[in-house]
Amino acid sequence: MNQEKKQDLQEKAREVRIETLKSIGHLGVGHVGGAMSIVEVLTYLYYAEMNVNPQEPRMNDRDRLVLSKGHAGPALYSILAMKGFFPKEWLLTLNQGGTNLPSHCDRNRTPGIDMTTGSLGQGLSAAVGIALATRLNKTDNRVFAIIGDGESQEGQNWEAAMSAAQFKLGRLIAFTDYNKMQIDGMTEDIMDLAALENKWESFGWHAQRIDGHDFEALAEAVKRAKEETDRPSMIVLDTIKGKGCSFAENKLGSHNMPVSADDLKEALAALGEGEN
Amino acid sequence: MKKLDTYADMRAVYADTLIEIAKDDDKVVVMDADLMAANGTKGFKDAYPDRMINAGVAEANMVGVAAGLASQGFIPFASTFGCFAARRAYDQFFLSANYAKQNVKLVGSDPGVTAQFNGGTHMPFCDITLMRVIPNLVVLDPCDTVSLHKLTKAIYEYKGPVYMRLHRKGATTIYKDDQEFEIGKGVVIKDGTDVTLIANGLVMVTEAIKAEKALAAEGISAAVIDMHTIKPLDEALVAEYAKKTGAIVTCENGQKIGGLGGAVSEYLSENMPTLMKRVAVDDVFGEVGTQDYLQERFGLTSEKIVEAAKSLVKK
Ligand SMILES: Cc1ncc(C[n+]2csc(CCOP(=O)(O)OP(=O)(O)O)c2C)c(N)n1
Ligand SMILES: [Mg+2]
Repeated sequence: MNQEKKQDLQEKAREVRIETLKSIGHLGVGHVGGAMSIVEVLTYLYYAEMNVNPQEPRMNDRDRLVLSKGHAGPALYSILAMKGFFPKEWLLTLNQGGTNLPSHCDRNRTPGIDMTTGSLGQGLSAAVGIALATRLNKTDNRVFAIIGDGESQEGQNWEAAMSAAQFKLGRLIAFTDYNKMQIDGMTEDIMDLAALENKWESFGWHAQRIDGHDFEALAEAVKRAKEETDRPSMIVLDTIKGKGCSFAENKLGSHNMPVSADDLKEALAALGEGEN
Repeated sequence: MKKLDTYADMRAVYADTLIEIAKDDDKVVVMDADLMAANGTKGFKDAYPDRMINAGVAEANMVGVAAGLASQGFIPFASTFGCFAARRAYDQFFLSANYAKQNVKLVGSDPGVTAQFNGGTHMPFCDITLMRVIPNLVVLDPCDTVSLHKLTKAIYEYKGPVYMRLHRKGATTIYKDDQEFEIGKGVVIKDGTDVTLIANGLVMVTEAIKAEKALAAEGISAAVIDMHTIKPLDEALVAEYAKKTGAIVTCENGQKIGGLGGAVSEYLSENMPTLMKRVAVDDVFGEVGTQDYLQERFGLTSEKIVEAAKSLVKK
């Protein structure tokens, strides 16, 4: 990846953080930590990888994304708004009665959302189904999925893992947002996922592990994953919960946190809001 | 325990009650699925770290493990959001706990509209209905700090599986400290002669009490019953008030199909057909919003109860 492209993506990521914090801050509470930790992977997918069309959100041969850790929806909503799937003003309606942007992803409400999620552990199965449909339809799109590390404790993920390998779903590329934290503590202390890449590998997946905030590493890993044609790929992302948000970064309490006007001001200033 | 009317959150009443019970019984264990902080069971962990079992984000496993613990004489109180307690761990609770007759207490928090900003994926409108069809299961929805405290103790004493709803954030105290509670026995909060409001849970007992006052102002005398146990239903009390007032309005923070209103109407229609209305969620999914917005949206308000009561009394 050239420097220019990299800087461009970094700038986009900064914008995604700003928009996301504004939308959560407007409501005053939300899933800051898990939204911030996936900003780079989402930015990479939507600005460097996926074939999607804001004018035609349900375009037949588009690439799909299942954000299985649906509580991080606000980060995805920011990108979808930035790309023009819906007006940016929607971002300030997050979670308000009647909104099209509910806390957890909802495919029937939000243009650009491919699957409804929020009950952890269900998204990867849906992604397997979408990937099977892709094969049956003979379209050549890809299916991406993002799951949480805490979420990985749900047994259904491992049923999905086995089935994706059995069905040889080379077009499925999943990411684990390994931010090491869940609600009640460090993942390691609650229900350890140790040797996570090995787990996926032993389930028949191609597995990699990279710095999830590094665009070059993301590009390299996705390129490598695409070379796999008859087994699914898992890219484990080492990330930091709350990344880039001054009051949330690396804090356990960032999972679902109140955001005061002062917090928001401070975080936006630190992100250089209004500067270019 | 602090004085019950001083609690700010119901979840703290739940946790402190478990701590009180666990002091005299080392077979009591508490479980959660990465929602200790949300459900207040973190308080129990601080008191009895060795008897707090966090299953991680894995509700089905948690309930299966609870059944195994129960089979060895332990008394597990396992909690998670009501949507996941009822739906993600249903078969484990149905078979490993209930069919196998194991003493598992399953606690589902954030009932109905109180899930607020967590929205449709997290809004348990269906838990009571699902739980009611499990043979012999005890199903509860306490409405205030005193009843939550006493019913938590009662389900500990009771040998067998139980599903209890837990209103976790915010608290209200309706009863005096010396009010007695028994599983399967409703409480008459206010007597009346024209119509009976049968409610449960914090949200709808609160609305029913408001509705009773509004009805009184219009010269209608409404009885208010807290039917904290949906199963086994206090049929004798239902029959008594059906006879006395001739009109029943049920009020619940959940689906109309198969819930409290379902239970009351099933009983009455076979035994003593009585005019009835059910104020409940009418066959739709949940969504995001504030609790006020959601109560309006799904018709779970005192105004709707008043309207229902008046439509019956008129007849
Ligand atoms: C089935 C299910 N159980 C519980 C929850 C409540 N919950 C929401 S997020 C979360 C923790 C998830 O941890 P992780 O996947 O690590 O999320 P992240 O750190 O990326 O925010 C829990 C328990 C849920 N949404 N779904
Ligand atoms: Mg995490």
